[in-house]
Parts: sequence; C-alpha cells; structure tokens
Amino acid sequence: MELSLRRIVALAIKEFLSLLRNPASRAVLIGPPIIQLLVFGYGATYDLKHVPFVVYNQDAGRLSRDFIARFAGSPSFELIGNLPDQLALQQAVDSETVLMAVNIGPQFTSDLERGRTAHVQFIFDGRDSNTAALALGYAQSIVTAFNRERLPRNSGVPASTIVLDRAWFNPNLESRWFIVPGIAGILTLLVSMLSTGLSVAREREMGTFDQLLVTPMNPGEILVGKALPGFVVGALEATLIIAVAILWFKVPFTGSFPALYLGLFCFLLSAVGIGLMISALALTQQQGLLGTFLFMVPAIVLSGFATPIANMPKAVQYITLVDPLRYFLIILRASFLEGAGVSLLWPQYWPLATIGIVSMIVAAGLFRGRLG
Amino acid sequence: MSMMRLMGLIRKEAYEIVRDPSSIAIAFILPLALLLIFGYGVSLDARGIPVAVVVDHPTLLTASFVGELRSSRWFRPTNYPGEAPAEKALTDGRAAAIVWLRSDFTRLALSSGRAPIHVIVNGVDANQARIIENYLNGAWLAWLAQRAAGEGIRISAPVVAEARVWFNPAMRSRDYLVPGLIAIIMTLIGALLTALVVAREWERGTMEGIMVTPAGKMELLLGKLIPYFVLGMGGMLFSTIMAVFLFRVPLRGSISVLVACSSLFLLTALGMGLLISILARSQFVAGMVAIVATFLPAFILSGFLFDIHSMPRVVQLLTHVIAARYFVGLLQTIFLAGNVWSIIVSNCLGLAILCLLFLGLAIIRFRKRLD
Repeated sequence: MELSLRRIVALAIKEFLSLLRNPASRAVLIGPPIIQLLVFGYGATYDLKHVPFVVYNQDAGRLSRDFIARFAGSPSFELIGNLPDQLALQQAVDSETVLMAVNIGPQFTSDLERGRTAHVQFIFDGRDSNTAALALGYAQSIVTAFNRERLPRNSGVPASTIVLDRAWFNPNLESRWFIVPGIAGILTLLVSMLSTGLSVAREREMGTFDQLLVTPMNPGEILVGKALPGFVVGALEATLIIAVAILWFKVPFTGSFPALYLGLFCFLLSAVGIGLMISALALTQQQGLLGTFLFMVPAIVLSGFATPIANMPKAVQYITLVDPLRYFLIILRASFLEGAGVSLLWPQYWPLATIGIVSMIVAAGLFRGRLG
Repeated sequence: MSMMRLMGLIRKEAYEIVRDPSSIAIAFILPLALLLIFGYGVSLDARGIPVAVVVDHPTLLTASFVGELRSSRWFRPTNYPGEAPAEKALTDGRAAAIVWLRSDFTRLALSSGRAPIHVIVNGVDANQARIIENYLNGAWLAWLAQRAAGEGIRISAPVVAEARVWFNPAMRSRDYLVPGLIAIIMTLIGALLTALVVAREWERGTMEGIMVTPAGKMELLLGKLIPYFVLGMGGMLFSTIMAVFLFRVPLRGSISVLVACSSLFLLTALGMGLLISILARSQFVAGMVAIVATFLPAFILSGFLFDIHSMPRVVQLLTHVIAARYFVGLLQTIFLAGNVWSIIVSNCLGLAILCLLFLGLAIIRFRKRLD
C-alpha cells in the first residue's frame, strides 16, 4: 500500500477542524481533564486522615487514657466522643457517625500492671470495608507500638524489634505519589480514545464516510489521517497533565523524559488504534461512545490504578495483559518514582506497540468491511 | 398534556432503543461485564507477597524467624545471598520488601534483647507498603510469642486488639464492592442512556421535525425519560439479581426501600444525562461531558474506593453534588446493614435535591425553538 503524504495531511487537517471547530468540543477536550486531575489528585488517597471514632472506656486507670491518647493524637483518627454505654456505641456505628468504636474493659489498667493480657474490642463499620480494612491496619500499628514499649525486657526471651529502615522511592509513603501518575494515565486514555472513538462513527452516521471511501484515498491513508488528531491531542494533553503533576502536586520526577515519551508514544498508538477499531465497528455515534465506554471502564478497573494486579485471580491477571493502561501506568510510575530508563521499560513498550499495530490493522480492514 | 401524544413519543423512543441495540447493551452487558470483573477480580487483600530475605549469619534463631515468615500465608519469602542481589530484586519488582537480619542479630537478641530486624519496602504503592509493614509486625509478634513459649515463659502481647467488623465480619471484599459497583453502574447507565438522546435529535436535524408537532415541552421530556427509566430499572434488577444470587451478597434491607431509592437515584442520573444532552447539542460534546461528569467522579469521589473523610475539606464539599455518593451509601446500608432510617432519609434527601435541580434545569433549558 502506498501512502501519499499530501492526502494524509489533507485528511488530518479536516479531522482537526471537525474536532476543534466547535468551541464546546474544544472546551471539553482541554478543561475537564485538568480540573479532574486537580480534584481527583486531592480526593483520591489511601492515606487515612481524621477517621472519626468513639470510645466506651470502662477503665478508670491511667493506662487506658494513655492508650486512647495515642489514637486521638494520631492524624489518622479523630476522637469525636466518649460514650457512656455499649448501646450508644452501637448506635454510633449503625448511623455511620463513626467508622471505628473502641470498647475498653474495666480491667485494662490492672491487667497491664499485673502483666496480664488486656483485651480491647475494636468495632469497625464493614459497610465500607475498604476503609475499615485500612483503618484496622492503622489501629493495629498503633497497638503494636504501644505493645513494643510494654514488652518485658531481658526476660530471658531473645527479643527483637522490627525496624522499618526505608521505604524505597516514596520514603513518607504518600499514596498521592502513586495515584496522581495513575490519574494522568486514565485522563490521557480518555482524551485520546474519545477524540478518535467517534470520528469514523460520526462520518458513518452522516453518510460522509462512503464519500471518503470513493476518494482516491486508500484505507492506510484514511487510518493515518484519522489517527493523527487523537494522537496529537493526546500527546499535548498528556504533557499538560504531567506538567501539573510535577509542578503542582510536586510528585518527584526521577526518570527520563525520553523513556516516558517513548512509552507515551506506544500507549497513544494502542489507545488510538483501539479507539479507531471501535469507531470503525460502530454504525452510529451512540454505538461508538458506548463501545469506547465498554472498553474504557474495564481497562481502568483492571489497570492496577486502584487495586494491585498481583491481588487479582490468575485468570483476571491474564486479561490485564491486553489492557494498554496497565503498561502505561507502570511506565508512568516507574518514570516518576523509580527513576527508570528506557532499558528497564522494554517489557512495557513492546506489548503496547503490538496492541497498537494489531488494532490499527483491524481498523483499516473494517473501514471497507462495514460499508453500509 | 395529552396521554396519547406521550404514548406516541414513548413508542418512538422505544423503537430507537430496539433499533440500535447499543443502549440495551449498556443496560445489561455493562453490568454483567463489570460485576464479573469486580466480583472476581478486584481485591485489596494481599496474599503471598514476595519478600527477599537476607540472613548474614544463619543461626537457629534466624531460621526460626524465617520459618515463621514462610508459614504465614501473607508472605512468599525467598533467600538472597546478600544485600545487593536483594536490592536488585526489589528494583525489578521480583520482591516487594527486603527483610534483613544482619550478622549481629543473634548476638544482640541474646544479650540485649533488642535486635533489629531491618525491613526495606518498595514504597511506590504506599498503601501496599503499609499493609506489608503491618503483616510483618504480625508475623514478628507471633514469632515472639512462640519463642517465649519454647523457653517455658508465657508472654503474650500486652494489649490484644480484638477487631470485629460489623455488617461484614469476614471482610469479604465482594460484599462491599458489589453494592458500591452497582451504584457506579447505575450512574453510567443513567447518564449514558440519556446523554445522547436529545443531542442526537439536534445533530440529525430531527428536532425540527418534532418542533412542528403539537407535542409540548413536558411531553417531549417525559417521552425521553420514561423509556430509559424502564430500561435503567431493568439494568438495576439484573444487577441486584446477580449480586444476590451469583455473588451471594446479603440483602438485609427491604426490597421496597431498595426499589424506592433506586428509582430516585435513576431519575437523578437520567435528569443529569438529559440536562447534559440539552446543553451540549452535539453527541461528541455530550458523550465527553457525560463521561467526565459521571463515571470518574462516581468512581473516585463517591466513597466507593477512597474514604471521603480523608479528603481535603473542599473536595469533601464537592462530593455533595455527586449523586453516586448518596447511592453508594444507600446501597451499602440496604445490602449489608438493613433499613437504617437515619442514613436512608438523609441520603434520599440529598438525592431528591439533586434530582429536582437537574430536572428543573432541564425543563428550563429545553426550548422548542430553533436558535
């Protein structure tokens, strides 16, 4: 197939015009992704802060107050009240006033002073089990710290302590550093897929695609011409988003830009390719939009953005292998936090490029195949 | 308002739905695919975390500690001969953490009783790192108690936290993910179904045809709303059946409350889609806005994945205009806790306000005029 540069440029210009001519569509391409990055960057965090909790303390001693103070003093928890009885505690959890309730028995201080084990009941609201599980972990580490100080020394037991030396790449364990690059990946996928996902479908719906097919342009030229706007818009948008992540959110960028942009190139190839494939399959814009959606939502869920891929069952892990976002998120996070270069990222580049090329070939085949 | 005209418009919209099966796909295939993926695929519970273990000077004591890690279901320890290869494993992602027992470990443990176990974690996923740290602490405490028992001393941790997780005692992640997910799916269905319908008529020019008919504004809007409402409730029914019978999520509240809350939410979501559609006038813009304004906020800001209390105040305020926030709370309570009226009433109130706002704006902005 011979590609004529002149014809491709002509089609690409026409595509750019139809994408950007309308002020409203210009605005939705640029504004919302940046706003979303800002809002979600602040909103999406696994670092618990101010988790409301109540205490029902039946112990009058010093140690129980010290124990509670460790929770109340932690930035993760916020004590919103001492309750007089078990019933009030139950109501506080039932009505979602608190996520955690601590019930300290009357023997707490005396048990500890006599070297016996004191049992403390922690009640969590399991309706939001995700946060409950996180809060449980936080509570447990506070209890562990409390215990560590009270464990008998030199009791003949070879004791030891766990020392967390370092958390590599993210010393303060800020989940924002992990999530903001993830949001950048999602938004890049969204913009590039939407600007291509409807492009062929729109022409089909209006009937102008048949006209395009009878021009001297061959499917390869149509493909490149149609792919270019999504590619360029996606690349510009990604650059803007990455700049906000670095300059506004101060996520450290320790890798190399060539490695990141090579990854972005491969990712856009696959995102635009899949977008074009869906678009070529769709007969109306509605089908194009819904198809884009049916692809994009699972792609985001299975990308490892919010839950680690390693925790998924094996069968689902195999499905994630065809998810371009999976690879791009690794590239983004490795470039931002781990200082990865091109050589370390090869295992991510080639699957993206393969997905891109295969989907583009299928899309070009579908151009003629679905005439009428 | 004429009943006959309204029925005619509903029939016309129903034909559009049947003719282009993509809206039926969104009502049934999207829930099916997403529920299967979430129900089986997504979990924050880590199992078999790969840990690189470096023991500088192996003794019986170090062996017993490594044995404790090995017997834990959370860890999959691998021995590395030194710090450098272990660090390389951490960089490559073959290990998520390094546990390092230095050469003086046994001597310090036996003499001073304070021997450090050095831990290095990969902090990129901060949440995962914190979970690993907690699991390691747990394994260490278990090891300590076991050592003490071996010496004939009963030491147990001074304070034992007995955690009870109400409404979901086994912390089955499916039980809370599935109700939250239904809320997200319904947000998608509601907005996507209607986002395109008015914009499509403008773009295809059929709006002009409708304008010359005697149908009034309310008839036109109801004619758009009712068919998609029926389709959306069908999707809701389908999702609920999957949740209860396939995923065995308990449904502790009453079905009538569930139906009432779902109707209110669906009306809000459809109203929002309709408003987007009326304002946008082009399917591309409507689709883009629908995705940006519904799916991602519902996913990230509804409290489904991320805790709302932990967000900055400004973002917390913003979550109040996100309909999915109320529906996530409602569904989690209705499925897992039962009819807790204080929660149901306050969330329904929030939904009702948003519903009136969206539908009211849609009525105001929808004009039978060419401009």
